[in-house]
Amino acid sequence: MRERIEAALRRARADYIEVHIEESEHTRIRYRGRELEEIGRTTHRGGNVRALVKGGWGFVSFNDLERLEASVDLAVRQARLVGQETSHLAEVEPVVDHVPFEFVRDPRQVSLAEKKRLLDHYNDLLWSASPAVQTTQVAYHDTFRRLVFANSEGSYIEQERGDIGAIFLTVARKNGDVQQAYLSRGTPNDYGFLLDLDEEVVAVTKRAEALLSAPQVKGGIYTVIADPKLAGIFVHEAFGHLSESDFVYENERLKEVLVLGQRFGGEHLNIVDSATLPNLRGSYKYDDEGTPASKTYLIKEGVLVGRLHSRETAAKMSEPVTGNARAISYRFPPIVRMTNTYIEPGQVSFEEMIGDIKEGIYAKASFGGQTAMEMFTFSAAEAYMIRNGELAEMVRGVNLSGNVFDTLANIEAVGNDLEMYQSSQGCGKGEQAPLPVSTGSPHIRIRNVVIGGD
Amino acid sequence: MDAFLNSVLERALRRTEAAEVFALVSQETPVRFEANRLKSLQTRETRGVALRVIKDGRIGFASTTRLDDPQDLVDSALEVAPFGAEARFEFPAVREYAELSVYDPAIADLTIEKMVDAGKAMIAQVREETPDILVGAELRREVTMIVIHNSAGGGGSYHQTAFSAALSANLVRGTDILDVYEWAESSCGLVDFDSLVRAVMDKIRLAERNVPISTGQMPVIFTPKGFAMTMLESLRLGFNGKTVVEGASPLAGKLGEQMFDSRLCLWDDGQVAESTASAPFDDEGVPTRRTFLIDQGKVHAFLYDLQTAGKAGARSTGNATRSLSSPPSPGTHAWLIGPGDASLDEMLSGINEGLLVDQTMGAWAGNVIGGEFSGNVHLGYKIEKGELVGRVKDTMVTGNVYTALKEGLEAIGDTAYWVGGSLRVPHLMFKSLGVASK
Repeated sequence: MRERIEAALRRARADYIEVHIEESEHTRIRYRGRELEEIGRTTHRGGNVRALVKGGWGFVSFNDLERLEASVDLAVRQARLVGQETSHLAEVEPVVDHVPFEFVRDPRQVSLAEKKRLLDHYNDLLWSASPAVQTTQVAYHDTFRRLVFANSEGSYIEQERGDIGAIFLTVARKNGDVQQAYLSRGTPNDYGFLLDLDEEVVAVTKRAEALLSAPQVKGGIYTVIADPKLAGIFVHEAFGHLSESDFVYENERLKEVLVLGQRFGGEHLNIVDSATLPNLRGSYKYDDEGTPASKTYLIKEGVLVGRLHSRETAAKMSEPVTGNARAISYRFPPIVRMTNTYIEPGQVSFEEMIGDIKEGIYAKASFGGQTAMEMFTFSAAEAYMIRNGELAEMVRGVNLSGNVFDTLANIEAVGNDLEMYQSSQGCGKGEQAPLPVSTGSPHIRIRNVVIGGD
Repeated sequence: MDAFLNSVLERALRRTEAAEVFALVSQETPVRFEANRLKSLQTRETRGVALRVIKDGRIGFASTTRLDDPQDLVDSALEVAPFGAEARFEFPAVREYAELSVYDPAIADLTIEKMVDAGKAMIAQVREETPDILVGAELRREVTMIVIHNSAGGGGSYHQTAFSAALSANLVRGTDILDVYEWAESSCGLVDFDSLVRAVMDKIRLAERNVPISTGQMPVIFTPKGFAMTMLESLRLGFNGKTVVEGASPLAGKLGEQMFDSRLCLWDDGQVAESTASAPFDDEGVPTRRTFLIDQGKVHAFLYDLQTAGKAGARSTGNATRSLSSPPSPGTHAWLIGPGDASLDEMLSGINEGLLVDQTMGAWAGNVIGGEFSGNVHLGYKIEKGELVGRVKDTMVTGNVYTALKEGLEAIGDTAYWVGGSLRVPHLMFKSLGVASK
């Protein structure tokens, strides 16, 4: 295959051209209610060609590998149609490498019968923890992928990657009222994560049950303490996406807002994206353009110091490459994405953080979030009122929203208890979801957060 | 492809009594403009096959995009079948379907050059009015072939085209960022580019000024797009046969009951000519049809595929939908809400202080199944003494779909508009929803 790919690259008349070939296998098991609803295996083989001519990109993906040469021609033809200017790609040393991958505990070595036995057990736990359970969902997946990357500069990289995850969800119902709670866990390489979740699974149903009697939060402006899960999702959704340079590099006015050196938060605020951390879902050795992964400070001591790049955005903004060009599969071109994104720990303990809050909200985990430029919104999966420095009653329907620049400046305290969070799902951008990432943070305290409510 | 499908079906039927093959072959061509310029051209070719078997009463499923080894696909499906769900259906023997044209040669034969020209023209029109704006656009042509064959002799094949165009504009003033977008979709004929351009320009004009709005309960109007982004997902889950069978839908057990305002009619239609959600048969070979979901406020029906219908003791409504790598599950075709009698001006004129919501973010992220929504108003305008006076920022709108559409509905707009290719609804005005603002 290598010879054929390299021959195809040689025939292309473009400023730059690359080929991805991917083979993957997936196993999925899903329960709805008491029954196993779906069990299935999927195998994929496909590839793509991406060509750059005079600043214009062409991209062709295919399942039939016989289409490789024809796809090279089509991608180049498309790129010519787009290209009107000059191509810019930051320099990256060509690499020839093979990056093997080993599971700590390989899900492919675990029989379907054993996986089903374990998931049945957890589903039973979800059901038996409360009489209010209306239904449950359990979804498990494992994936193994072999990736080949080659480009016209002489790089040829083979990488293997794994991904395993599980979601446990309970829907509780009382009269007409329906509430839900979930647990989502993921890992790149260790089936062992699934073995010891009894307590956390039971807690899912208990949370859904408790939400049934929790009052709706009163809308308004609050001081909020976000737990590591929610704060990590906040930093990913609200700030991380703005650090993806493809949002910025052709937007002169946004560039003026996001000038390196600009202060966005207090000295206690440090935000990092790093694919070099070991054993996390966002980790890798090379990104999908063959650029080595790096640790990138986005905010250091409150000041914007870096952002995430592909080779093209780095060249256009004259900033260093960071190795953040990623694609969810061979069906899509690499775009600028986050990897493992987190707030570094500070000095403040949880007790100090909560101590002087008269009325506020403690918000934990999240059902999800969304961002559009500077505006963000995300929901807490679990929340409590804070009254006179202490946790008080549970409330439901806590959705946080705001302007990211104001909110970063409003982070009053950064805790000392960093936790990385790996879910079973991933990040979405444009058409490309889910991409494996992880998020992390210590507890943080934010003033003046808009909370939706009746 | 036919030879591969026949080979898979034949091999499967040597070892089990019932099987179905599903094949999808598609070519998508997105033409993308970013920051006022043509950015990329793509061609995405997909072809793959899925196999469902029923073995000893249980369902096995496997799919692949590797079309060189039919036996491997059969082995995979049979290997998982002993652990699979109990089958509550038989594959349908239907092979005659209604004539329904979802293929337009004008879309299939559309050249990339023509798509590029149309995109350039839209961008030029927006920029003529507002020169310092950044405009993005995506035009997309899609040609798909679906084939289904099953052991009961049922199934068929069809070709489908879809064309879509999206236009977005981004304006940054200091740290104030305005994002507006519009999109349209069709399976027959191209979309109306001029009306997309006009819609985007109207929004930019309306959003010129930012205004504060009170926190509290107030009248709120949702545009068709605002409704789609805020409330639709809850209803889709609520009428999904799966959540109904589980009892998780707030509508479960409420067939025939008055759960919505009596002026409200909602139906699912798999045979609307222009909709990209139409097809002669669904993704397991059941003929599509029109299904009334809400009839004058009463819950009239739920949407089923074969397996879920079997569990519910109902019949499939022809709503099975699937991707290549997952088995069928109940989905939706085009959804339509019948128009009412109020013009937008009439709705506005009765409001002293209120909110018109056109785009929301994150409303899907809460307790969607319970009908609760709480979304950031990504694009919305304050209504003051019957007039739209400016754009609101840092504002959330909160409510419950089920109470809003029952006691809370004030008026239904007199014209229904397409939102993309699978939803056609009028403006909806609510008496009072929660609004929180900084």
